[in-house]
Amino acid sequence: MPLGQHIGVPAQAVVSAGEKVRRGQLIAKPGGFVSTGLHSPVTGTVREIGDFRGVDGRFAPAISIEADPFATQKVDGNSALDWESMSLEEFIEAVQMAGIVGMGGAAFPAHVKLSVPDGVKIRHLLINGAECEPYLTTDHRLMLERPEALFEGAEIMRQKLGAEETIIGVEMNKPDAIETLRQHIKPGQPVRIVPLKVKYPQGAEKMMIKSVFDVEVPAGQLPRDVEVNVNNVGTIVAIADYFLRGMPLIERVVTVAGPGVTYPANLIVPLGTPVRDVVKFCGGLKPGSREIIMGGPMMGRPIASLDVPILKGCSGVLVFTDEQTARQKEYPCIKCGRCLEACPYFLNPSRLARLSKSRMFDEMKAFHVFDCVECGCCTFACPSHIPIVQLIRTAKDDLTHRKEPEA
Amino acid sequence: MKKRDPDLLLFHAPLLRQGMTTPKAMRDVIYALLPATGAALWFFGLSAALVLASCIAGAVLAEWVFANREERGESLRDSTGILTGLLLGLTLPPGLPLWMAFLGGVVAISLGKIIWGGLGHNLFNPALLGRAFLLATFPIAMTTWVPGTGDGGFFSVYAGNLALPFMQSSFDAMSSATPLGMMKFEQQVTPLTDLMFGRTGGSLGETSGILLILGGIYLYLRRDLDWRIPISILLTVIVFSTVLTFFDATRFPTPQFSIFSGGLLLGAIYMATDPVTSPVTPKGAWIFGIGVGLLVMLIRVFGGLPEGVMYAILLMNAATPLIDRYTQPRVFGRGGDS
Repeated sequence: MPLGQHIGVPAQAVVSAGEKVRRGQLIAKPGGFVSTGLHSPVTGTVREIGDFRGVDGRFAPAISIEADPFATQKVDGNSALDWESMSLEEFIEAVQMAGIVGMGGAAFPAHVKLSVPDGVKIRHLLINGAECEPYLTTDHRLMLERPEALFEGAEIMRQKLGAEETIIGVEMNKPDAIETLRQHIKPGQPVRIVPLKVKYPQGAEKMMIKSVFDVEVPAGQLPRDVEVNVNNVGTIVAIADYFLRGMPLIERVVTVAGPGVTYPANLIVPLGTPVRDVVKFCGGLKPGSREIIMGGPMMGRPIASLDVPILKGCSGVLVFTDEQTARQKEYPCIKCGRCLEACPYFLNPSRLARLSKSRMFDEMKAFHVFDCVECGCCTFACPSHIPIVQLIRTAKDDLTHRKEPEA
Repeated sequence: MKKRDPDLLLFHAPLLRQGMTTPKAMRDVIYALLPATGAALWFFGLSAALVLASCIAGAVLAEWVFANREERGESLRDSTGILTGLLLGLTLPPGLPLWMAFLGGVVAISLGKIIWGGLGHNLFNPALLGRAFLLATFPIAMTTWVPGTGDGGFFSVYAGNLALPFMQSSFDAMSSATPLGMMKFEQQVTPLTDLMFGRTGGSLGETSGILLILGGIYLYLRRDLDWRIPISILLTVIVFSTVLTFFDATRFPTPQFSIFSGGLLLGAIYMATDPVTSPVTPKGAWIFGIGVGLLVMLIRVFGGLPEGVMYAILLMNAATPLIDRYTQPRVFGRGGDS
């Protein structure tokens, strides 16, 4: 269980090696405001607290827990919380302790989004059922299988935020989900289901707001500045599980798919489970498997080892074979403009790629390189197989990590 | 025995790609030109085939000679040489001496493309550059138009075709004027149906409007061309000539005539849309198209030449980097100020 599974400051361990832990027990407390609690996903023994190799290959602090093979792994019910009588501050703190983060993939701590500065009013609670990337179907399954929890969580969130209505955006290729959700609306509940056109990257919150309200969130601002709070369906269900059933965030739905998986599936996986076990459960890798992506095929991260753990923000484990990973010859840019048409932020990817190739990173700022969300649409669209988004990422990394010259 | 993990690769996402590739896009343009090429063979017989083959041979040879040693096979495989040769050939008169056509192909690739740094780096459309070179060097041969083969049959070859290099033959072939020339110099209008189906004098590929449009539709469906460019060119020409006919219907060409005569369709659909030499931004594409349309009409109506498509496109090619600079797209969430 890495301590930094979310954007922000890592959590601080509150257990020590050798200690026995219960499933659902707090094992690390938030290390700051942009940080969350961490709970043991299993009943077992803490083996070690130290640095382990993470998904990105760097060493990072983590807690290693060995599951007790004889334990029932049943959570002996933390009881439901009395959320209705909580003040907003208490509610936010509870969300933070529960370790709830954005489940769409970014793993942004959920309570930070709830902390609205004075004078800003949230009028709409927007629930994101758009599925952030191709291949992934976690949101879809959640909407089909746990609509009750979704509506419970939505109601808790809406009341706490004081929002006027809840809107659930679902893409039209999931008519069964739209139907199921419609059936579960209680009379009088201010919920709207909005069917959306199927397109990537609609799961990005600013894109979603654009689709639903036809409003563009100004660059550098947040959804709350247009009176909207956006949350993924997984996040909402996690809220319901915590406040109504006392279950902190210790497991998540993971799509295991891709051409290299024997039996693709959506699994509820305890956090910290090694990818190796997840893949084995799905029948193992097919021969010719070449690359494993954590997350989606457009923005996910390749992993170098099967021993990395499933994290809070990991919506998918995708296995690709030789066929998809074959490098294609890169041709010169023919300035066809396909990347411009593809870019959801209306940037000029061809220009950015050209500047990045010449290592003119500073010039790229004038072309709004930091507005890029790295969705990968440009690389997808490029007929010359130029790794546009990869070039942009290189430039952004260089610009952010560059050391100022010593005076 | 411990089973080994596969050696995992670490290519960065996205792994998904759409299926279109640059060589495929180039080949699509060739396919789209096939009907018009067929029409050229139909109307001008074997001569057409010889001229086209000479251009392509020149272009491909230049591509091969000037390519890097390591990339030699590769640069031929992306089909751009064939495409440039074909496009150039379609703009030439059918009776052109073959050696000139061959030289045009060589120039189109070497001065039009390779010298700039190869595919994707050229400022001007290579095929049109080749044509401009030929027009400047051999003005008489390039403006000697011959009528369709008619009764002579497919295998009759124009005498001009076989002229030897620099042994100026006297071009005694029966010459016929192009519809634009007749319009300009003799105020004689060619019937619209002849223009649409190609029963007119003119260069190889520009005579049959309908087939050119068919190819354009194919390219649009394959999403290989920016529809804004041909549409804006054609609309500009239509508006311009409609306004002119209000002033004097006898002196100025009608919109239908303007569209279907000369190289306008060939230029608007296949040359102006060359992605390398046209703006990348959608707004830029409109400006580019309108500019081409205006220049075409200005040259045709007020200039000294009967045809102006080639110069119009080349001039706008030169303006493309500037257009691109001033039409950067408006970034999401940044209002109109970007």
